[in-house]
Amino acid sequence: MSAAPVELPRWADTALVPLVSVVAALLVAGLVVIGIGENPLEATALLLRGALGSAEGIGFTLYYATNFIFTGLAVAVAFHAGLFNIGGEGQATVAGISAAIACAALGAVPGLIPGFLAAPLAILAAAAGGAFWAFIPGWLQAKRGSHVVITTIMLNFVAATLIVYLLREVIGKPGSMQPETPDFPAGAVLTPMHQFLAPVGIKLPPTPLNTAFLLALASLFAVWLLIWRTRLGYAIRTVGANPRAAAYAGISPAAVTMIAMAISGALAGGLAVNEALGVQHRLVLDFTAGYGFVGIAVALMGRGHPVGVGLAALLFGVLYQGGAELSFDKPTITRDMVVVIGGVLILFAGALDGLFRRLVAGALRLGESSS
Amino acid sequence: MDLLQLVALVLDSTIRLSIPLICAAMAGLWSEKAGVVDIGLEGKMLVAAFASAVASFVTGSAWVGLCAGILASLALALVHGFAAITWRGNQIVSGVAINMLAAGLTVVLGNAWYGQGGRTPSLEGAARFGDITLPFARWTREHVPGLGLLYDEVVSGHAVPAYLAFLSVLVTALVLGRTRFGLRIRAVGENPAAVDTAGISVARLRYAAVAICGLLCGIGGTYLATAQAAGFLPHMTAGRGFIALAAVIFANWRPWPALGACLLFGLLDAIAIRLQGVTLPGIGLVPVEAIQALPYLMTIVLLAGFIGKAAPPRASGLPYVKER
Repeated sequence: MSAAPVELPRWADTALVPLVSVVAALLVAGLVVIGIGENPLEATALLLRGALGSAEGIGFTLYYATNFIFTGLAVAVAFHAGLFNIGGEGQATVAGISAAIACAALGAVPGLIPGFLAAPLAILAAAAGGAFWAFIPGWLQAKRGSHVVITTIMLNFVAATLIVYLLREVIGKPGSMQPETPDFPAGAVLTPMHQFLAPVGIKLPPTPLNTAFLLALASLFAVWLLIWRTRLGYAIRTVGANPRAAAYAGISPAAVTMIAMAISGALAGGLAVNEALGVQHRLVLDFTAGYGFVGIAVALMGRGHPVGVGLAALLFGVLYQGGAELSFDKPTITRDMVVVIGGVLILFAGALDGLFRRLVAGALRLGESSS
Repeated sequence: MDLLQLVALVLDSTIRLSIPLICAAMAGLWSEKAGVVDIGLEGKMLVAAFASAVASFVTGSAWVGLCAGILASLALALVHGFAAITWRGNQIVSGVAINMLAAGLTVVLGNAWYGQGGRTPSLEGAARFGDITLPFARWTREHVPGLGLLYDEVVSGHAVPAYLAFLSVLVTALVLGRTRFGLRIRAVGENPAAVDTAGISVARLRYAAVAICGLLCGIGGTYLATAQAAGFLPHMTAGRGFIALAAVIFANWRPWPALGACLLFGLLDAIAIRLQGVTLPGIGLVPVEAIQALPYLMTIVLLAGFIGKAAPPRASGLPYVKER
């Protein structure tokens, strides 16, 4: 089997190959739908109507997309430094814990800081928590040579046990049997979008969509700025492309590894901002719900570019919201179908990238020779 | 309850909890020794658990379940091989994909077929692997004090896949360490170019290792669904594939120490279950989560080189590109 690197025009590389792998993944999902005896076209129509057919549906779609933007960007930033951060789940968990502790402190001492600073402080606490949990594997790889993949996996499980313990013993709601914290102080939580836009005369139905969505859009822009327009971004990309060349050019791969992981973890903390500060207004167990892993699919599909990540996050938002609506109408098609699509997409856009590039290159050559 | 009885009970549940770990660890060992990193052990065990539960329920035979479990796991292993060996894709990415695919597909299919939120109907009688009583277990329990009890409770009285798991350790150690095939598997994980130069197919060896990996994960998953439990539950592997991965690293990629690490992690699990809700003098309510997190923390500390040095196969994770 010969699989030499395939040369493709840039537009095909950045747009066509991901598109083909998405279509192929959706086709596989369609086969699964046929396999369980449903009509995939009907399912697709129900899914699209559920996700985009109403203002409420769109609100939910964008709310889910917010989670995927954060986790997708987290994976993407680490990718640029040549690191594979599978620890989004754990980092978001610790970010949630950190935000909950900050909120508890704010609630305990009411006049501690001016009211308008409460929410930014809670967001910063979340980012710091996520950054800290990602810095550990970054430091271990940079200084001790242990591989970031294994450490982030292990830290996911450590975070999962940590939050169970803390919710039960330390920061949990007193007297509650549920693993959750008391409600956060009102000043520390984010505004729902329908309330945020009401003063300017835009009427929206109430949905979980909140101002964390704006933060996610800002993060997309900030990551673009960081990776392609700053000295640090150049260092990150150089280390990702060739750590030896980077070291020769005076860039410290160790420092870049640690910084990139910390940024990646802070972005994963955005998941906690949207879920805990934005929607639940308290910390609940398992709020990460696999968003961290889907973020890998988002980053791979988006080719690590914020525009791609944004579009991929939107696609998964549609699949999540549409999938929820679909499972009401068709109880046999549960929302776990989205996890299947995510898995197939990671396989196609990530691991089988070479195969799909070859297929696309073959198709393009065929097109050229016939025209 | 006297102390010996307690020790016997804890050791018995240690064995039961270790079986899936041992299977997955041997599976991971084969794959990684051949240079193919596999973080998809978890997903393979999960599909095996699901397939074995479904096949056992439909046919009423646990042995058919075992075959189905192995086949399902083997199929995912070959997907991993196709991506990692044939297409030289990123092996970590492929492993993540397999875990997600398994987690989603088992629930979707289970829910569509049985409508119980992904669970399969509970298995009874011959659809489960029952416990086997080894010869002389009763006799030694009555006539040999101490050891007889341990033999009856700990060594005897497990299901067929459990004994297969222990057998797999012996076979893995012998084949990897003592045969020509094992030598070649190890060589392809250390220096594939040398193997290629000797005129042996790197891809074929790696596919063989990946297939053995699938087979062993199949046994582990089948044990979970048809011996330890009586049916499939969504996400029932609950991170065991990753603990097995940790055990492989912990054992520095050697079979017997890997068995030891699996038993150690199984013992921690057994103790954690035993201490759930127990108040100890001086400590208070035992933080069971601390014990549960211990395998992961120990692996992190070990990988960081604070105790000993981790030495993975040199070509592990690297696709082999033939020179031309």
